[in-house]
Amino acid sequence: MKNNWPIWEVFIRSKNGLSHKHVGSLHAADAEMAIENARDVYTRRTEGVSLWVVESKNITASAPTDADALFEPAANKIYRHPTFYNLPDEVKHM
Amino acid sequence: MPVEGSNKTDNQDFMKIFDARIERDEKVEPKDWMPDAYRKTLIRQISQHAHSEVIGMQPEGNWILRAPSLRRKVALLAKVQDEAGHGLYLYSAAETLGIERDELYQQLLDGKAKYSSIFNYPTLTWADMGAVGWLVDGAAIMNQVMLTRTSYGPYARAMVRICKEESFHQRQGYEILLHLVKGSEAQKDMAQDALNRWWWPSLMMFGPTDSESTHSEQSMAWKIKRKSNDELRQAFVDATVPQAEVLGLTIPDPDLKWNEERGHYDFGPIDWDEFWQVVKGDGPCNRERMAHYTKAYEEGAWVREAAMAYAEKKQKRREAAKSDLQVA
Repeated sequence: MKNNWPIWEVFIRSKNGLSHKHVGSLHAADAEMAIENARDVYTRRTEGVSLWVVESKNITASAPTDADALFEPAANKIYRHPTFYNLPDEVKHM
Repeated sequence: MPVEGSNKTDNQDFMKIFDARIERDEKVEPKDWMPDAYRKTLIRQISQHAHSEVIGMQPEGNWILRAPSLRRKVALLAKVQDEAGHGLYLYSAAETLGIERDELYQQLLDGKAKYSSIFNYPTLTWADMGAVGWLVDGAAIMNQVMLTRTSYGPYARAMVRICKEESFHQRQGYEILLHLVKGSEAQKDMAQDALNRWWWPSLMMFGPTDSESTHSEQSMAWKIKRKSNDELRQAFVDATVPQAEVLGLTIPDPDLKWNEERGHYDFGPIDWDEFWQVVKGDGPCNRERMAHYTKAYEEGAWVREAAMAYAEKKQKRREAAKSDLQVA
């Protein structure tokens, strides 16, 4: 009998001050069980202080084929970077 | 992404992009286009690897209740729990390729998917816990360190986590043997006996010799594998011989000797008949391992179903409470 529990993506905050980072996925019947399983599967060696679980079907991802359209335009906007602007040597630390 | 009915020219373009990405040593990620054969090879290899971790719990689980001290017991428990975790990281990586977990389990249950043959050998004495950690995990580490650089992103990331955890496994096994060889004559004999039985099967873990290995060449081209079976086997022998010397144990191979010219140890011929016999299902424990796995799977079915039913019931109650609130 087919009885797949839904897939959840797991995110861990390794310590306060850092954001949660994706570490992998697991199966669980509900969110509470997903947290419990994530604790056992992904934090056996003090990897984190906080967990997020998100059911995978709720994540919308950009398509790899759109990558150029989405991200390529940023490549030639060098004026968005501080090094684009020339300052005299006398001005230090800006 | 190419979909069904997309024309051949499109696929050729995607193939070029894919090849160039592999050439640049850039990782392939789940939603990227990849050739069907690359996807299939990865599903086969990653799931086989996951099944090995899961079945691999059995020979060691065999000794948890008989560990000689609390220190040994907590270490062995932690190690076996890690193997379960490693299986789960790997199933998770395999699922990113578009296969469902149930299907992966079913392939193992049906005997369509294999697991590492090493786990079809029995763990007869406590010294086997030492030999398994030292040799079996040692051989696995050789392979897994290489796989941290594999071309498929999720597989590489799972391997990084696994390698971090695996080195404790090898050290705890080696420490077991270190203690036995310093013990009574009978304990030293037990350690030697374990090495005698596990040495050759450990060398077989790297798979058939390069000229006989069916998948190797393509896997190397796709950078799924970075080193050949024979290269890895040689690296394992070179690393392990000095460790056996520290233990004062003798590796059961009369042909084993240092080759100055090659800068490697030469070793005797592997019994490939035995290898194929175990792969094909006639090793000492194949039937026992699968019977145990199948029993656990079947006996756990009601738990999986009940958990899902309970989750659905809770969900319905939450929704009902919400609509009651709206009515009020």
